[in-house]
Amino acid sequence: EIRTIVRDLEQSAREILTQIQTVHQSDGIKCVQEICNGITPLFGNIQKGMQILAGKIPDSQYYRYSDQWRFLIQRLAFLAAFLTYLQTESVISMQDVATLIGVKVLREEGFHIDLEDYLMGLLQLASELSRLAVNAVTAGDYGRPMRIAKFVGELDSGFRLLNLKNDSLRKRFDGLKYDLKKVEEVVYDLTIRGLKPAE
Amino acid sequence: MADRKKRYRNDKSDHKQDRETKQDDVDESSPVIQMFRTFQKILDEKHDKHERIVKLSRDITIESKRAIFLLHRFKNVNDSEDIIQQTETKLLDLERSKFKDVAMELQGTDPYQFLRAYSPGLQEYIEALSFFVYLKDNTIIPLKDVQARLTFKTDCQTVNKDDSEGSTDETIQTIQVFVPPSEYILGLADLTGEMMRRAINSVGDGDLNRPFEICAVLQEVELAYSKLTHSNREVNRKLTVLRQSLRKVESACYTLKVRGSEIPKHMLVDVISKSNAYASADFLDECVVEDD
Repeated sequence: EIRTIVRDLEQSAREILTQIQTVHQSDGIKCVQEICNGITPLFGNIQKGMQILAGKIPDSQYYRYSDQWRFLIQRLAFLAAFLTYLQTESVISMQDVATLIGVKVLREEGFHIDLEDYLMGLLQLASELSRLAVNAVTAGDYGRPMRIAKFVGELDSGFRLLNLKNDSLRKRFDGLKYDLKKVEEVVYDLTIRGLKPAE
Repeated sequence: MADRKKRYRNDKSDHKQDRETKQDDVDESSPVIQMFRTFQKILDEKHDKHERIVKLSRDITIESKRAIFLLHRFKNVNDSEDIIQQTETKLLDLERSKFKDVAMELQGTDPYQFLRAYSPGLQEYIEALSFFVYLKDNTIIPLKDVQARLTFKTDCQTVNKDDSEGSTDETIQTIQVFVPPSEYILGLADLTGEMMRRAINSVGDGDLNRPFEICAVLQEVELAYSKLTHSNREVNRKLTVLRQSLRKVESACYTLKVRGSEIPKHMLVDVISKSNAYASADFLDECVVEDD
């Protein structure tokens, strides 16, 4: 039963993903605002779906079934973070992710998002942004990679404050330094060719 | 940017030095950093709690195994009263100390969140406890009795916030180590292994009836567990072991029945062990190879 609901939500998440990834295209990077506006209503479906899911889980059994929706929640956290980045170029807070997806933050409040899932979403965002940096240059936007470098650098500093266990989060975090390296290479390429835009 | 990379490589050296260097170089005023500092605290607390429960679970496993060794020396209710007494004490101590500590750790958390941390200890304990109850009362302990043994009352003093004098209220809270039915079932499956050992050992002790009793019990249990195979992967694993145990006991009963009168008592155990060795090797075969 839970699996059916999760599958529906994954479908909705896929729709958001395909739309939001159009920013990687050359014309996409110019109409970021429009893309964001198109996506925001889609999150409404997510919220409704989450309500249904939350209704199926009795109070003290969240962790009994949590493996069923872990991947989904991580994906949704990533999408929410990506959307917020495109709109405001800032790091989305856990509270905002929760509101956007339609869940709570603390276990006591009900069906909630785990801190680890939110962090996974942020790491997925870093990978996506390293890809965006490359495509931004191709599309002619030379300023964005600079800002992405600062953004991802901040994420990296933040993550390095954490003491992680050897779990999937740790493995994903290890990938973060390669994402950061990629973005810094883009910045380097632009700088030495004098393509860096004036501050 | 290059400095940050250098710092990362140095992080691998000394842990404490790590945290101090990080604090100096990091921009504390950044909201992102502040956010991550909170995350650090939350994650550390969760990991530490998990580790504490795992340590307790390991201690529980060791004590339970010792209890089981003790119980294997039990002959029958008349001769071995002190073994029963010792085991009772051991189990009670275990409950009052380690399990109570686990219950304290688990207070206020979702029952399933840390289950994997204490699951091994819990299953070993259920194995020991159910073996104890079986030897003492010749019954299988029901789940609610197991849960009752792992439920504790604590005196908890809470300060009355409304009262200006700051008086305290004494409330009795009930905390417990949650035993999900799945853990109970898995623990009981381990019990069958011990019963198999007891059946074989009985022959050495001279009690030639007990293997047949135990055989009957194991057959019932095997039928019951066969119905559960679709729910849980671990049940399947335990069921495989259970079937091996059952085969050993059945083959021992066969040997007793057919050749019990021919072979001198002190050799019976050897004969049974040898035929069991064959049985384990040809696990997939239907027929048991007899040793001569």
